[in-house]
Amino acid sequence: MSDVVIVGAAESEQLGVIKDQSALSLATSSVLAALGQAGLSARDVDGVASVIPPVDVAFALGARVRWLDGTNVGGCSYMLHIRHAVAAIQAGQASMVVIAHGESNRSQVGASPLVFDRSSAAGQFELPYGHSGTFTRLTLPAMAYLDAYGLGEADLAEVPVAQSRWANLNPRATRPDLLTVEAVLASKMIAWPFRVLECCPLNDGGGALVLTSAERAADLDLAFRPVVVAGSGEASEGGSAMFMEDLTSFRAFRDSSAEAMRSAGIRRDDVDHLMIYDSYAHLPLYGLEDLGFVGRGEAVDFIRGGATSPGGALPTNTNGGGLLYAHTGMYGMFALNEAVRQLQGRAAAQVAGIETSLVQGIGGMWGAAGAVVLRRG
Amino acid sequence: MSTKPLPVPTPETRTYWEMAARHELWLPKCTDTLRFFFPPRERSPFTGGAVSWERASGRGRLASYVINIRPAPGYEEEAPYIIAIVALEEGPRLISNLIDVAPDPAVLKIGMALEVAFEVRGPITVPQFRLAGDAS
Repeated sequence: MSDVVIVGAAESEQLGVIKDQSALSLATSSVLAALGQAGLSARDVDGVASVIPPVDVAFALGARVRWLDGTNVGGCSYMLHIRHAVAAIQAGQASMVVIAHGESNRSQVGASPLVFDRSSAAGQFELPYGHSGTFTRLTLPAMAYLDAYGLGEADLAEVPVAQSRWANLNPRATRPDLLTVEAVLASKMIAWPFRVLECCPLNDGGGALVLTSAERAADLDLAFRPVVVAGSGEASEGGSAMFMEDLTSFRAFRDSSAEAMRSAGIRRDDVDHLMIYDSYAHLPLYGLEDLGFVGRGEAVDFIRGGATSPGGALPTNTNGGGLLYAHTGMYGMFALNEAVRQLQGRAAAQVAGIETSLVQGIGGMWGAAGAVVLRRG
Repeated sequence: MSTKPLPVPTPETRTYWEMAARHELWLPKCTDTLRFFFPPRERSPFTGGAVSWERASGRGRLASYVINIRPAPGYEEEAPYIIAIVALEEGPRLISNLIDVAPDPAVLKIGMALEVAFEVRGPITVPQFRLAGDAS
């Protein structure tokens, strides 16, 4: 079957407080920038995937589409969009797909407020306990993890410390300062054991990807080399920390990453760049272990030893991550954009010689996961 | 009356909330495997078969927690407050606040014994957990 490639990848010009653009505009302006990298316009688009209603995105672009995907499983939705778009392009259902992301959760311009359904599982069994923020719903199992391996607050702080070495090289990073464990521990407490530097910031922003077949890409005038979607996986678990089979491991991380590597025909040793969705500092610990790069309980030592930092064996979250680069609410698009930039040799903190990148996302509150293997084209 | 959020029961969960109003903790159980599960569902998640309800012991252990500094709506007067995962003796886990205990990591130990208590919140009674009387 023909390869599907990414021929455009862009983020909104601004990331931060953006008062003069709606969520939809952040998405569509990113789409146009990504299309521009391939010499394309919205008229060339025949498929749209977005968490924003894809009808709205297509209409705003003026695109007459024959394929729509509105999959919304949270922040990893864009990994699933890629997986679905590959299948659609290979099946001939679409030839030029844009995946669009835009959120204005900071400034609330053209953004829908989050409304809790009080009859949902979360509405009945979480919300009544003052448990509605992502900073408690995603962080809740972390103490079980730390306790299981005799780890503490200083160990958790190693995650933003390591990632700050990447953010410090990135002019677009929201939090560009080099961090120490002491600085992280001195930052404001949000929900014990998480300090503010272990929780993502909230940015307005957008991003987009353009996917087509390798054959079609060969006829395009590309600004950057294409990136091959080599494999993908998606999975779900219970949708709440309390429903995890094991509080120290996320089954959907394990399942989706295994499927992504299997379908790409690669082994872990082939991965030389890794993005793990990190809205909170414990997620890279779960990710490194659940993806099998280290044994259970070994992720902190791996990070502390510099393996994920610049110059390390497994460069990870090389934009600074959701913790330090930017986070709009659904961070997956930014993790994907960074992987594409690294494979195209145009990242802010470029790592030399990257051939294969694995991008692992989480969606909802321990609900979904999506993984994508990308290869230098 | 409390302004804390109230759940809206569904047909699947009505028994749970009706029993909580009697200050009893009841759980759904798969009639084939005799395993308890949570949240309540119409069918057993293990076999797809029938479900019965049984009163739980009300005993559990602290499986994980956070101490929330930034209160959710309705919890403004509670902060800082503990949000915990309770591993029930019967197997399933619940989320609960830990009440009648200081929100202090020095006193909260993973694995410590907990017991159910009930908080009357207007028309609804919410199961809560506190340190077990004979803490072991």
